[in-house]
Amino acid sequence: MKNLKFILVAILAFATVFSITSCEEEDESTPGPLTLHFENRAGSSTLNFGQAYNNEAGESLTFSTFNYYISNIKLKKADGTYYTVPKDSSYFLIDGEDNESHEITLNDVPGGDYVGFEFVLGVDSLKSASDIGQRTGVLDPAGAAQGMYWMWNSGYIFVKVEGTSPAVTEVDGHFFYHIGGYGGYSSPTINNLKNISLEAHNSEKASVSKDAHPEVHIYADVLEVFKSPNSLSVAQSPVVMFAPQSTDIANNYADMFSINHIHND
Amino acid sequence: MLQHKTTAFFKPYLARSTISISKTINRMINSHKKYTASLIIFITLQFIAACNGEEVQPDISLFLPSNFPPPVYDISSNPITPEGFALGKKLFYDPILSRDSTIACGSCHIPFSSFSHVAHSVSHGIDDKLGTRNAPPVMNMLWHTTFFWDGGVHTLDLVPFNAIQNPVEMDENIANVYEKLRRQPTYRQLFTAAFGSEDINTQTFAKALSQFSLMLVSANSRYDKYIRNESGGELTAEELEGLALFKQKKCNTCHATDLFSDFSFRNNGIKEDLTVDKGRYLVTLNPDDMGRFKVPSLRNLSQTNPYMHDGSITTLEGVLEHYAEGVLLSETLDTLLQQPDGTLGIPMTSPEQAKIIVFLKTLNDIDFNKDPRFAE
Repeated sequence: MKNLKFILVAILAFATVFSITSCEEEDESTPGPLTLHFENRAGSSTLNFGQAYNNEAGESLTFSTFNYYISNIKLKKADGTYYTVPKDSSYFLIDGEDNESHEITLNDVPGGDYVGFEFVLGVDSLKSASDIGQRTGVLDPAGAAQGMYWMWNSGYIFVKVEGTSPAVTEVDGHFFYHIGGYGGYSSPTINNLKNISLEAHNSEKASVSKDAHPEVHIYADVLEVFKSPNSLSVAQSPVVMFAPQSTDIANNYADMFSINHIHND
Repeated sequence: MLQHKTTAFFKPYLARSTISISKTINRMINSHKKYTASLIIFITLQFIAACNGEEVQPDISLFLPSNFPPPVYDISSNPITPEGFALGKKLFYDPILSRDSTIACGSCHIPFSSFSHVAHSVSHGIDDKLGTRNAPPVMNMLWHTTFFWDGGVHTLDLVPFNAIQNPVEMDENIANVYEKLRRQPTYRQLFTAAFGSEDINTQTFAKALSQFSLMLVSANSRYDKYIRNESGGELTAEELEGLALFKQKKCNTCHATDLFSDFSFRNNGIKEDLTVDKGRYLVTLNPDDMGRFKVPSLRNLSQTNPYMHDGSITTLEGVLEHYAEGVLLSETLDTLLQQPDGTLGIPMTSPEQAKIIVFLKTLNDIDFNKDPRFAE
């Protein structure tokens, strides 16, 4: 009986706190949806798999895979404050082959004008080290994360770029870049998580309200993986996975995103 | 929406703010008394039904030996149930987990050899492909901080996936394993019994296998009984001498606690060329971790030969000889194996080595290897 009483008190207290929180949220301006649309690019053109592009080193590259994780999204308001998307609904896998995955629609975003976006490129360390119960949806190693997870070295692949190039003489001309590493669970190791911060240009803004559904068009340029600050040659390094060199590549792709334009329909 | 429902449900109780909370709760309990009664009857019926079944449920109470440190795995996240354990056991011995249904977990982790692959330096997996490291025994997983020789996996729940997708072990796509299991009515029933839904997914699959492996507690050797002052715990004078030497030679620095491992990663001088298998380095990319491997437990050594990460030493005599005079120098060799005068290894005479081996054999747990609850 005592135990039951305790549980009921706990539920009651929880419900009270919950109802108070929900009242506070209702006081804010009317929420609405906002979509982040990721367009994969190869320099000045849309990225098409099977088509050849040149990297900075002048090598011809034909891509077959370009996948990445986006997590922990924060939206920056014009007044400098932030709206943080609830952590549990803030993990997305952009799969180069799956067009639907390129659109991230955030629901119940508080109304207001948003001028910038922050997110983590990769799966943050807390989630990377989480228990099995949290590995659902895009984080399920046997589901959507298949091919984006190292079973032998518990961790997600944050960015995966694969393709072929006549410049590569090994493994049938293929190149593979599987970049991950969240800093290590019990011993420190490489951390290739990147905090991305994007600002809208030309005083564009995404105006969220119950009646409007703005869409932010973000470019992700795959050729940035191969340049600045470290020029990456597929001939010299056709395969980079969990290795020290991966940090050079992560430093390259840290600036592959940009906001191209915002629709306010 | 759920929030509103919850609030609405509690509104009548919240409204009576003048009544003390305990009074309110008493009312709630009273109004639910008849439901509680029917629930008890229902549960009783369930038990009767279970008793009428063909098989008697095995004892699945988790053995937490008093001479072990506190567990590491959060058992509250995955409480062991008879149904979960039975499902985990079936999965453990089912080759359906491999690409061509030839290799089960139990193929390389055999119960009578403490769930190791006795007499195999490295194991032959699918298509008789050879691995690169010795299959370690599956025991006392509740206390492990990391898994595999290089500690690449940090939670027991994620361990099976590594073996399933490894091209030289089971070489299977895990989503495909779920598909194959879903096609079998038996598995759908077993998952429903264990987790209340026939949904076969990463959570239920992993938790079932963990429930089985968590139960594999080996702590009933003669040494354990000696330490716990239990009957059958008598050690001979020679065995006690061996134990004293084990401590005197500081073997227990690495083979610490009654788990006989501190689960650290060390280079014990098996190879001069550390690039053959870089070990822990592959996980941390720290040059200091080159050629380091997890310190294994010393329990059930008589059933888990050969020894070392690569299975390169076949006998216990060979192991002790290695530490006495076979340690090879390399950049990351453990400092405990480098004496101040520059000699390598642990100075031990042949009679001392023999006595330590006599002691190590008191760590054999015959009950564990023969436990019918765990056998296929």
